[in-house]
Formats: sequence, structure tokens, C-alpha cells
Amino acid sequence: MRSVVLRHIRIVFSFIVLLLLSFLFIDFRGMVPEKAFGPLLYLQFIPSMLKFVIAGVATATGFVIILILTVLSGRTYCSFLCPLGILQDVISRTGGFVKRRFRKYAYKKPYTILRYFILALTAGILLIGGVYVLTILDPYSIFGRLMTYFVKPAAIFLNNQVAGILGKFDIYTLYKIDIKPFELAVYAVPAAFLMLIGFLSFRYGRLYCNTVCPVGTFLGFLSKISLFRIRFDEENCNRCGRCAMSCKSSCIDFLNKHVDISRCVNCFNCLEACHEKAMSYGVVRFRSSVEPAKPDASRRSFIAGSLLMIAGSSHIIRAQNSTTPVPTKDSTVKEDRLYPVSPPGSAGLSAYTSRCTACSLCVSACPTSVLQPSVSEFGFAGIMQPRMDFHRGFCNYECTLCTDICPTGAIMPLMLEAKKLTRIGKAVFIKDNCIVATEKTACGACSEHCPTKACAMIPYEGNLLIPEVIDDICIGCGACEHACPTKPYKAIFVDGNPLHEVAKKPETKKMEAAPADFPF
Amino acid sequence: MKRRHFLRSSLGAGLAAGTFMSLGSYEKVLAGKPLPQGANYDLVAVMGGEPAAMFDIGIQALGGIGSFVSKGQKVLVKPNIGWDVLPEKGANTNPALVKRVIEHCFKAGAKEVYVFDNTCDNWIKCYENSGIQRAVKDAGGKMVPGNSESYYQEITIPNGKKLTTTKVHQLVLESDVFINVPILKHHSSTRMTAAMKNMMGVVWDRGYWHANNLHQCIADYALYSKKPQLNIIDAYNVMMRNGPRGVSKEDISNMKSLIISTDWVAADAAAAKMMNLDPQQIDYIPIAAGMGIGKMDLSTMNIHRIKM
Repeated sequence: MRSVVLRHIRIVFSFIVLLLLSFLFIDFRGMVPEKAFGPLLYLQFIPSMLKFVIAGVATATGFVIILILTVLSGRTYCSFLCPLGILQDVISRTGGFVKRRFRKYAYKKPYTILRYFILALTAGILLIGGVYVLTILDPYSIFGRLMTYFVKPAAIFLNNQVAGILGKFDIYTLYKIDIKPFELAVYAVPAAFLMLIGFLSFRYGRLYCNTVCPVGTFLGFLSKISLFRIRFDEENCNRCGRCAMSCKSSCIDFLNKHVDISRCVNCFNCLEACHEKAMSYGVVRFRSSVEPAKPDASRRSFIAGSLLMIAGSSHIIRAQNSTTPVPTKDSTVKEDRLYPVSPPGSAGLSAYTSRCTACSLCVSACPTSVLQPSVSEFGFAGIMQPRMDFHRGFCNYECTLCTDICPTGAIMPLMLEAKKLTRIGKAVFIKDNCIVATEKTACGACSEHCPTKACAMIPYEGNLLIPEVIDDICIGCGACEHACPTKPYKAIFVDGNPLHEVAKKPETKKMEAAPADFPF
Repeated sequence: MKRRHFLRSSLGAGLAAGTFMSLGSYEKVLAGKPLPQGANYDLVAVMGGEPAAMFDIGIQALGGIGSFVSKGQKVLVKPNIGWDVLPEKGANTNPALVKRVIEHCFKAGAKEVYVFDNTCDNWIKCYENSGIQRAVKDAGGKMVPGNSESYYQEITIPNGKKLTTTKVHQLVLESDVFINVPILKHHSSTRMTAAMKNMMGVVWDRGYWHANNLHQCIADYALYSKKPQLNIIDAYNVMMRNGPRGVSKEDISNMKSLIISTDWVAADAAAAKMMNLDPQQIDYIPIAAGMGIGKMDLSTMNIHRIKM
């Protein structure tokens, strides 16, 4: 097929994919229905594969479709479905607008050793039982983090400006949302990738996909046997080089009329660039013998890009001035947390940390912001994997959103009734920090928020009531910890359960009849 | 004595209801000026009806909502929407009551009626699942967000003992009339919540209250000049234990009652009685009474009791 339509289809299709997937992450008003997440993320390669292979979800077959698609058509995934790939195309295009010469590419030798080393490292560590390198390098997850940590706050900022103006006119269809920055260290990983990928794609097209991305390398390897591919129709070719100049993957060696199919992402730009009808996309034809010529060995320093990766982090959103007055006395006893808390549906720490690629979709979607990216809570290797941060929020008793949307199976679906009995941790009361004990004044904020009344109030000195934790009905939702007003340490906190448990249902008893007359 | 009292008040209620119905359409009543029978009640208590009907009769006894809302005014109605639970669990103000209060305000000529709460659970879910968002929209009122600190402005309470400054929602400052529509329920911190404690939902930082003598802060806030002109306590479904969130429907006593007063200390004292509590036991009530905010001795009050 020589048609330029292919390129246009690719552009329209990929743009829609990019918009949809971006919206999934940016959707700060929770407008996307829970049911839409699954189908939209079904074809994401790594999440689907993890969900199928590690979490054992038989319906997560999207990656098989991608494998078949690759064997048939080459790396169509990279141009049509990978949100990070599409995002890079957008950035490359922008680069081309900024500097015309950035629009012109040329054939380059592949970084074969580096690509296969990264792929081998990722696969090797995955096989030994750690998802850790994949967490950092899965393109879908990188995309998710860029959206969650940079684009979404920016979108909320814009929203707040408009909402502020509308509010003056008494219109509240848009509402303001407080932007709470994440911990500084959390930005390091997405910021490094933003700089690395941003720079490489701005200047060099799909160099990242063909050098670092393990999915790109893997699908590239597979596409060496693909049925359909970009090919030269030698009689027509006059070696003008327009194809190579338009190739974002720098994989067309026009002098030798050769396309490095392992790096070709099926963007179809070359089809449109070729004026001689010498390029086409179709069933593979094997040529007799052509020695690939020595590539123009302009040794671009890949290291320069890598160095950028480490070049610090950006703290985009500034912390809002907290106007919270300090309570009378500081609390003194440190919260002695043995385990971090993993979200309901994750079954426990080891299952969770071995499946989560930290795409941050749950962080973005969580209505109470209790899911926060970890820094070192799950160990250094688990950086960015979301944990339950009860200083930030608490798990809404009536909500199962994260369990419904997780694309990798790290958080498995839970029915609401099951979730309400899933004990992800248990509350621990520190009397020496409690306002009631230290100030001798009423508080009870913890018990107020407790959905099961596992945090009960029992008589204390005088007319005062003081909290007491009833272990077997506590589910570790963290409402008590979140509501507790003591600083810097809370008087009640939730210690994680390494393996989630089933809590007892709170007992109910019949209510006596309502009074028939006014008691006054 | 008590029986006589009861007969008299029942007769009064009957008369009020009768008058009300004889007027035919309730629009006429609502638009009308205070009726002559409206004595100067400290408190009106209604029992035995549906929330909206109880409010219709109760407010009539105070001269109709027209005594509080005039034409062209902006009204703030502040229910309790603190929790992401369904209406039958009795953790949030009854939506039917909120709806009727707003309708009355509009009949009295209100230009706009606003409703918000600084919720405990996620505010969007609270607004939605409490049924209050729907009720407000149906009545033509405006649901306003209270989720962002930028909606709150610093105010001072010069005579406050513990609470001297706090950030309140801009609507409290901007509206002409403020109507407090809390729900009565058990509360793990203060044993009971109703009128005065409902103000913890108009301020941004209630954690400060908890950390700095909760009862004193509740009473201190009641000194603030922009206080509700009217308090309407929903005691239709009263959560008797496990409050303020509630664990199950079994926590609810179907009291079918309503308390209306311009004096929120009096209203809270009566509300405490409804829950079988001595008002003296709810520290913020005697503190507020002691600070001269209102009356708490129910025996000396002019109470209008209506049974439907």
C-alpha cells in the first residue's frame, strides 16, 4: 500500500488515543465512569501482560492481541496505541516547528547493545520476581506519571483560575480544587523522564523508543518476523533521501534501500515523503543480498541525555501557606509504624509490590487523595508505588474505585461489601499524644470519622470521653488517623497489615421505640 | 398540669393546621405576613409529621419565613452534609426538609438561596449521596462548593476565649440571611450535635477546634456576629448512637420531630432532651448559656409544641 491515507489514519487514531488516555489521568472531576477504564486500558501492553501472567486474570488478553498485531504488522502499537510514543510524536512535531532542522532526520546506527541490555535487565529482574525495573521503564506507566504529577496539577491550576472568575459571577459549575504538592522526592523519577524523553523526542524523534524502552525493543525484536512492513520498491527509488529525512526512528538507510524493521514504528511518514512511489507498506519481500552500509557514524552522545535524567527534580507546585494554628502542645510519641499500608484489593504487601508499575492511575483517580506515591516506604525498589497515606486522606468507606480501575492487577476488584470488611491495617492508639489526656479537653475527632466505630469513646476523667480501639472491627481505613488533630505525631495511627485480613462486621442492636411526646 | 398543657398545645396545633388548610393553597400562606396567632415563642417544636409538612406548620407559628427573609435578599441555608451516606441513615440533614426551607425562602422573595457544607467525607460524594444536591436543585437553590481553602476568609471573634480567629466560608459573609438547618444526632466527640456544632461545617480548619478545647470553641464561634437568624433542627430520623457517621440503620430512632428557634442555645437544649440527655452534660450548651449567647433553661421558655 502506498497510500498517504495510512499516515492520516495513524495521526487521527493516535490523537484520539492520546486524548482519551490523557483524560483518564487528568480527569480531576471524576467524570470518566469506572466501567470505561478497563476497555480503554485493555490494549496497554505491560499492564495487560502483568495482569494476565502475574495476577492471573484470564480476561487480560490485550497483550496477546498486541503480540499478534506485531507479528502481523510490525510495531503498530508504538505509533497507534502507546500513549508515551504518541506524546513523543507530538513533542517531535513541536520540535520541528521550533527549529526546521529538527524536522529533518537521518539514518542512524542503532544502539543495539544498549537496547538489548536494557531489555534483558528488565526481563531478567522480572523473572527473578521483581517488577522494579519495569516500574521505571514501562512506557504506559511513565506516561501515567507525567500526566499525574505534572499535567494534572497544571490542568487544575487552569481550572482554578477560570473557576475563580466564574465564582465572581455566582457560577459554580467549575469549582476550585486545592493543589496539594506531593513529597519533593516523588517528582525525581517523573521529572527525570520528562527531561530525558522530552529532550530526545524534541530533537531526535523516536530515539528513546528505540534505545531505552524495553517494550519498544521487545516488539522491535518480534517485528523482525512481521508479515507487513515498510519496503522499498527499488525500480522507482532514485535515492533522494526524503524518506530517511522524514523518519522519526532514523531507521531508513536509503542509500542501501534498507529499512531497519526493528526500529520502524509504522508512522507511515515515509510513504507520504516519497515522491517517487518507491516506498510502500505491504507483505514482506526478501531481497537477494544487500550489505547495510557503514552508517554515518556521528556519535551523538547518548550520555548527555542520560545525564539530564539525573539533573535534579522540579517542584512545580508550590506548597500553599498553611494557616493552620498550632495546637496547644506538640505531641511527643512517634508513630511506630511497622509496615506501610497497601490499598484494599491488593491482598498484601508482597503481592502488591510485585505487580504495581506505579502508573499512578489510582493516585490520580482516588477521590480522597489517600493514595500517594511512596518514596522509600516499600523500599527503594518500590519507589513511586502508591501507598495509603493517612496524613493526606483516608479511605472512603463507600468507595472501591482504585480496585475497579487498576490496569495491572496490583489492586484487584473488590465488591463494596467485601471492601468494607477488608482490613488493610489496624489502628493503634497513643494515649500520651491524645488531646483528651494531654489537655483534658474533649476531642474524639478519630471516633467521629470511624465508619465501623472500631474507634469508640469510653468514659475518662469527669465528663470526658477518650478513644479506645476495638481491634476486630477495625479495617484500617485511616479515617481516625487523618482526623486526629495532634501534631507533629498523631495520637492514633494505622499500622499496615503485610497480609490483608477479614474484619468482623460491626454488631447492631435494635433501637428502642421513639418517644411519643416532647420530653420538654 | 402537664396534660392540660398538652391539650392546649394540641388544640393550638389543630387550630394552626386547620387555619393553614382553610387557606387553601400553601403559596398564599407562605407569601402572607405573620399571622395574628404568632405569639413570641422562644422555640417551636413539631412532632408527628413528614419533614416538609412539619416545617410548614412550625414556621407558621413563628410568623412564616417572611419574618426572616425579605424580597431580594441572598439567603444561605446550611444543612449538615458531612458524610457520604444515604438519607435513611440519618447522618445528613433530611433533603426533603432542606428543599422545603428553600422553597419557603423563594416564596418570601429571596433572590438566591445558597447551600454548602465543608464536609468530612469527599464533598462531591456527600453532596450527591445525601440527596441534598438534588433537593437544592429541585427547589431552585444553588449548591456551592466548600472544598477549597480559597473559598474561606479570615474573621475575628473578639470575645472568644479559645477561638479568636478562624476562616469562614465567604457565603457566610456575603449572604443577607443565614438559616441553619442541622440534623440532630449522637456525636462521639460532644455526645450530641445539632445547631451550634453545625458551624464546624462553615469554617475551614475544624482540627484547631478539636485540639483547643472543642466545647469552648463551639461556644466561642456562637459569639461571632454573622450568626444564623433561624435554626431549624431536623429530628425526623435521629441517630441515637454511633454518631455522627452511624454504622447501620439500627442506630436510627424515627422521632418525626422538628425544632425551630432563633435561639440556638435553646434549640440545642431542647434537642439534647430529645436524645434523653441533660443539656448540662453537653458542655458547649452551658458554656454558651453562661456567655450570654442564649437560654438553656427550657422550663422558663415560651415553647410552642405542635403535634401532627
